[in-house]
Amino acid sequence: METFTYYPGCTLRTKAKDLDVYARKSAEALGIALVEPENWQCCGGTYTTATNEVATKLSAVRTLMAAKDSNGLVTVCSACHNVIKQTNYDISKNEAMANKVKRYLDLEEAYKGETTVYHYLELLRDVVGFDKLKEKVVNPFKGKKIAAYYGCLLLRPSKALAMDDPENPSIMEDFIKAIGGTPVIYAQRNECCGGYITLEDKAQAAKRSSAVMDSAQSMGADMIITACPLCLYNLKKNSGSDMPVYYFTELLAEALGLKEDNNE
Amino acid sequence: MNKNQKNWIDITSGVNVLKCMRCGKCSATCPSYDEMEYHPHQFVYMVEKGDIEPLLNSKSLYKCLTCFACVERCPRGVEPAKVVEAVRLTAVRQQGNNHLIPDMIPDMLDDDLPQQAIVTAFRKYTK
Repeated sequence: METFTYYPGCTLRTKAKDLDVYARKSAEALGIALVEPENWQCCGGTYTTATNEVATKLSAVRTLMAAKDSNGLVTVCSACHNVIKQTNYDISKNEAMANKVKRYLDLEEAYKGETTVYHYLELLRDVVGFDKLKEKVVNPFKGKKIAAYYGCLLLRPSKALAMDDPENPSIMEDFIKAIGGTPVIYAQRNECCGGYITLEDKAQAAKRSSAVMDSAQSMGADMIITACPLCLYNLKKNSGSDMPVYYFTELLAEALGLKEDNNE
Repeated sequence: MNKNQKNWIDITSGVNVLKCMRCGKCSATCPSYDEMEYHPHQFVYMVEKGDIEPLLNSKSLYKCLTCFACVERCPRGVEPAKVVEAVRLTAVRQQGNNHLIPDMIPDMLDDDLPQQAIVTAFRKYTK
């Protein structure tokens, strides 16, 4: 069994338990051990691109450092993944930032981006392998048309995230094929759901999330999947659409026969 | 024009606004275009000109979703979202100029709202 460091993040322990629970259950079934670092902190939810701000990036650095000697750091939430990967990218390219962080955290040695960060989908693609995953599927989503929703955070900025082609991605579609479903390609799959604007402008959140749902539905989708708790919230609560929205880990667990109830 | 302010924004964003060739792709792809008074391409050229005061006082600062669409799609690698962020930080870093304060949160909550939304909004709107 291969072991990785696992970072759940704040929302996966509260409002997005399904995203977390089914990720861990499925990893175990696929022969991957996920070990949580002690006393992890919230990543901050968004990466501050300001070059002269360090304090807001420290929690991500602490998480990265906790995984330095392991096979890699696995994230599930799109926002955590974005923050941690952008932090890792910037600190690996910017010695001044690495030294500033070293002084802030009083480190003996500067952290320079040595940890490999995997999104759970990358773990499935690059460590487990979609072919191998396919072999383990016991409840394939046969005949189901599933729309993959990337949103903004999984893919961009692509030079830091380096997960897939930012304009024509395939990792989630390949995942859908591996669990026996039929992926639906639609125009809005990598456009923003409105994110945190839901706090102060419901109309804008409604406009963005309904554009995503309408686009997926117009291409014949039966359901839509996401890796982000805030996307799920906007698509469910603000879009006005009744098409089902699931975390990709829910479908994964169901396909692997690890979920008792059926989301038909 | 306030030269210090412009310099500070250039340092904060790390962006060379002179690289912009005015194609407008950033604004064309912006999901918040309709909600903005000043659009991403305007942030870039107004910072270039040092015309920063109108931006600092505009609600457009709080309409950017940080989706990085403009960063990804700019053919010149200008990364407009970083300019918007630098101007927003210049505004909220001023004493008493936070856009979001904790007392406002209870009215914004519902049973399903993920923590992620609150944490992110505080990072963006409050220093």
